[in-house]
Amino acid sequence: MRRFIEQHTFWSIVILLFAVILLWLIFAVWPQWLIEILGRKKTFVNTLLNGLTLGGLYFLVASGFTLIFGLMRNVNLAHGSMYLLGAYIGYEVADTTGSWFLGLAIAFVVVALSGMLMQTLVFRRMEGDDIRQTLVTIAISIIVADLMLAIWTGATYQFTPPDWLFGAAQLPVVSTIRSSGDAVYIKYPIYRLAVFFVAVAVGAALWLFLNRTKVGMMIRAGVNDRDMLSASGVNVQLVFVLVFGIGAGLAGFAGVVGGTALSISPGEDVRYLLASLIVVIVGGLGSVPGAAIGALLIGLAEQFGLAYFPTYGVVVTFLIMVIVLAVRPQGLMGGSWSRQ
Amino acid sequence: MREQRWFSNSWSDSGIHPGVIVVAVFLIAYPWFTSDFFTFQIGAYSLILATIALSLMMLAGYGGMISLAQLTAAGLAGYTVAILGENSVGVMGLGWPWWLTVIIAISFAAVFSSFVGAISVRTEGIYTIMITLAIAVAFFFFVRQNYVIFNGFTGFAGVEPPTLFGIYWRNPTPFYYLTLVIAALSMAAVFYISRSTFGLSLQAIRDNPRRMRSLGFNVPFHRIFAYFLSGIIAGTAGVLLVWFNGRISPGSIGVDVVIDILVIAVVGGLRHPIGPFLGAIAFVLLENFAIDLIDRERFNTVIGLAFLLIVLFSPDGMLGLWHRLRNKFRTARENRLAMNGVNKIDPHSQESFDNP
Amino acid sequence: MLKTLKKLFLVVALIAFSTGAMAQDTIKMGALATLEGAFAVLGEDSLRGVQMALAEFGNSAGGKNIELITGSSDASPDSAIRAARKLVEQDGIQVLVGPLSGSEGLAIKDYAKTQPNVTFLNGSSAAQDTTLRESAENFFRFSTEGAQWMAGLGEYAYNEKGYRTVAVLAEDYSFPYTQVFGFLEPFCRLGGKAPLDARFWVPIGNKDYSSVIAALPDDVDAIYVALGGADAINFLTQYEQAGGDAPLIAGSITVDQSVLGSKGPTRKFVVGTPSAGPISDTWDNPNWNAFVAAYQEQFPDGFPSPSLFAHAYYINTKAALLGLEAVGGDLSDGGAALRAALSALEFDTPTGMVKLDERRNAIADIFLTEVIEGPDGNLVNKTISVTKGVSQTFGLPYDEFLKYGQVSRENPSCE
Repeated sequence: MRRFIEQHTFWSIVILLFAVILLWLIFAVWPQWLIEILGRKKTFVNTLLNGLTLGGLYFLVASGFTLIFGLMRNVNLAHGSMYLLGAYIGYEVADTTGSWFLGLAIAFVVVALSGMLMQTLVFRRMEGDDIRQTLVTIAISIIVADLMLAIWTGATYQFTPPDWLFGAAQLPVVSTIRSSGDAVYIKYPIYRLAVFFVAVAVGAALWLFLNRTKVGMMIRAGVNDRDMLSASGVNVQLVFVLVFGIGAGLAGFAGVVGGTALSISPGEDVRYLLASLIVVIVGGLGSVPGAAIGALLIGLAEQFGLAYFPTYGVVVTFLIMVIVLAVRPQGLMGGSWSRQ
Repeated sequence: MREQRWFSNSWSDSGIHPGVIVVAVFLIAYPWFTSDFFTFQIGAYSLILATIALSLMMLAGYGGMISLAQLTAAGLAGYTVAILGENSVGVMGLGWPWWLTVIIAISFAAVFSSFVGAISVRTEGIYTIMITLAIAVAFFFFVRQNYVIFNGFTGFAGVEPPTLFGIYWRNPTPFYYLTLVIAALSMAAVFYISRSTFGLSLQAIRDNPRRMRSLGFNVPFHRIFAYFLSGIIAGTAGVLLVWFNGRISPGSIGVDVVIDILVIAVVGGLRHPIGPFLGAIAFVLLENFAIDLIDRERFNTVIGLAFLLIVLFSPDGMLGLWHRLRNKFRTARENRLAMNGVNKIDPHSQESFDNP
Repeated sequence: MLKTLKKLFLVVALIAFSTGAMAQDTIKMGALATLEGAFAVLGEDSLRGVQMALAEFGNSAGGKNIELITGSSDASPDSAIRAARKLVEQDGIQVLVGPLSGSEGLAIKDYAKTQPNVTFLNGSSAAQDTTLRESAENFFRFSTEGAQWMAGLGEYAYNEKGYRTVAVLAEDYSFPYTQVFGFLEPFCRLGGKAPLDARFWVPIGNKDYSSVIAALPDDVDAIYVALGGADAINFLTQYEQAGGDAPLIAGSITVDQSVLGSKGPTRKFVVGTPSAGPISDTWDNPNWNAFVAAYQEQFPDGFPSPSLFAHAYYINTKAALLGLEAVGGDLSDGGAALRAALSALEFDTPTGMVKLDERRNAIADIFLTEVIEGPDGNLVNKTISVTKGVSQTFGLPYDEFLKYGQVSRENPSCE
């Protein structure tokens, strides 16, 4: 931190200034001229929170994607299907047992297992052939999407989360002061706040796992130099299967979390696959911190786009992607692998 | 220096295979013995899809770059025809002469494709699929939301091919021949490019970019130029596609169609320009007649399974499958001939028997 | 190689010529619906409508057997045309019922112009321009379209509910434009307002409405919502979660049974939301009850009650069969007599009398409904009133109506 400030004094000041302005925007009561520029404060703060929470959800999906890629150079284009599969499985379990948390856990486990199965049965056969692996994942995603449509039809499903997670919380943020002098506070859905905190927790857990455990060290070593890792006597295949399991499981986990925040229906697989793609392209393939930054950026862009110019809102995220690619092709936090 | 000799290679060493003549005769005679439906919707449509897939095959097979934005380039050309030419929805339709719109449409597709190339060649290999997929979807979203130029969700209808030499070119037989000529020219071009100096350098770059770079080749330029050429092919096919359908809308360039093109190219085979044509014929026949044979609902499972099996067991597609079968057959026969004591010093002389 | 080619040639020739022979006592009818992708469930239900009509006529009309051939699209106009072309040019059908969605309908209408000897009847597609502008001589729509479906809702919101200013939230494509037009035109004529900056057009397929909800203005009396399927379900849940309290007015597919009956949290706050459409589940009428009973008996694994897709396909198929009865199954004149009979046809449906206007679009009854809590706690639509004989031009002369211009984000402006 200190080294960063010393080395990039200018950027540190800019970031600090930006943070101060943002905090002021959130907590101050907006003067009239600002309302004229940005619209109501309620819209702004809500959109900001929505962007953060959506970013959290995107991080949950994209972290698994980027983890798998980082180690195995496997672009798993079936990642979206695993998201949707996790959501459906979680729904079935939660619906039968009545426990939302059990649904969450089982979705993680089942999708993780299916990921491990894919790694052992399919990808191991064609190791080193990136393009073929990617094509296989496309084939799998076509088949899985169609089979899920056969089982769960085109209907829309929504989870019923535990009561204490449903409903809105009053935030200590004043929206406007009424003419009577009462302050109007901003309300925000509890569940979406929970999504954000879960994402932060998962991110922290991943960081600890990768940086503080032996297996994590092996994985990081593998990301840097796969051949060296296997030469040093580690059973690389086992590490691969483990990472694939975690990555896929995270997608399934995100399926339940995201399915509860929004809903489950066919087509969500492609949506989250694309979100993951853009997040990791922007953040840098293979980098978990990159996925976090990319997810936040894309989540915020999508929500602000939707609230302030809905017509072209969708296109904004792609614009960010193209700009990042033009300026920094390996992504914001990407390593040097992409230039080989 | 090298640039001047790019296309210096000649046909002379290729020779013309007797099979080619048979296929050519069949394709030319095709409309005489089939119904309009088979000429138009099976024949012409397969050829159009195949030409788009061919542009992908050229990039993937010779350049090692799997671009999912080829259909997008074709779609851009199609949209350009609808926007600059005539359409019946009352948006844009500037009424420019057909030859001008066609030239502009194909140039747009080529420039767009080069742009896609310029973005994606800065990174390598696997990144290309992701970036081109994202670009394809971004373009889809953009045309769906833009009403001023692209007429949004509705898109354009009433796009007509010109009436030239007194022929209405969407009539099945003329349109079939038009697509056949374009497809044949595209294939010949790809074939020629693959044997030209440029194509050989491209293939060498595919196999070992680092070595080619240190040999002094401009690797990004070669790749972008390949994108440019494939954009011309895709754009030409895109013009045919909008004439074929008479309409274009975001659904015509959606992500499922993008994947269809990939499936066609991969299932057909990425090693030889004939591959996409095999893939397209199989795909179109299946698309049209699957409903009579199996439950249409699971059409995507069938397509996905075919795709999976091909990728798993025959990376070179149907073409690879064919070669493998032929080799097996040949080995078996050679063994038999050897047992019969036939001299087979010159294996090439056998080929005409194996492969009439 | 040659052998394979020969075989291929034979197969192709066989397929190509096999359709030439056609029995004289059967009429081939095609049904085109969306049987793949996310709308497949709706497509299946529309085919149930076709089968109900055929069963009612014992699979024959005018002394001829009816052979049904189905075609499938993926809801894109390109695929609809390809499927229709296969049905017409390959399978040789003479009457086609379909398609399901609006943009497909526009495409099929254009295709119909190139096949003057085939008679096309709409499925459930509800775009205005399919019949309003540049209609095809051989395309008939006995079902109603999106603007007609809104009949009575604008007046009800203004007069009965007393709303004066509304915000609009709708998907960004032609069907919601048509619905918004149908609602706002009478609403604004009476003096209501729907400011342009309070209209939110979200891309179709959007699932996260939280930011849009935050951007909805506070100073409106109600919000008119035209979203369908999963989009509507997401909006309603998120609106409730965000503590939204403005009353809603709903488009035809925003509070239908597929939304109200979907799995997930209950949405009690939509009670009292008015809507309008071509059917009403709870209409107490012998014809409708008989229709629902027949549906439930024939398709135990179908929906609890026929969807508006099954209803529209049923009506159009029935019209085709009645037309064939009228001409004694004689299509030897390329269907000209059949089309004349259809133009003059007037018949009783489960939802009242239907006849056609001069552009072959239905004049039919439309239902004004309101969401209530049913006896066992589920949400249903109660019939408030029936608007009789709604025409495509709202009773105006054709030329007069065209002055409104095409439906769009800004039409009508009603500032």
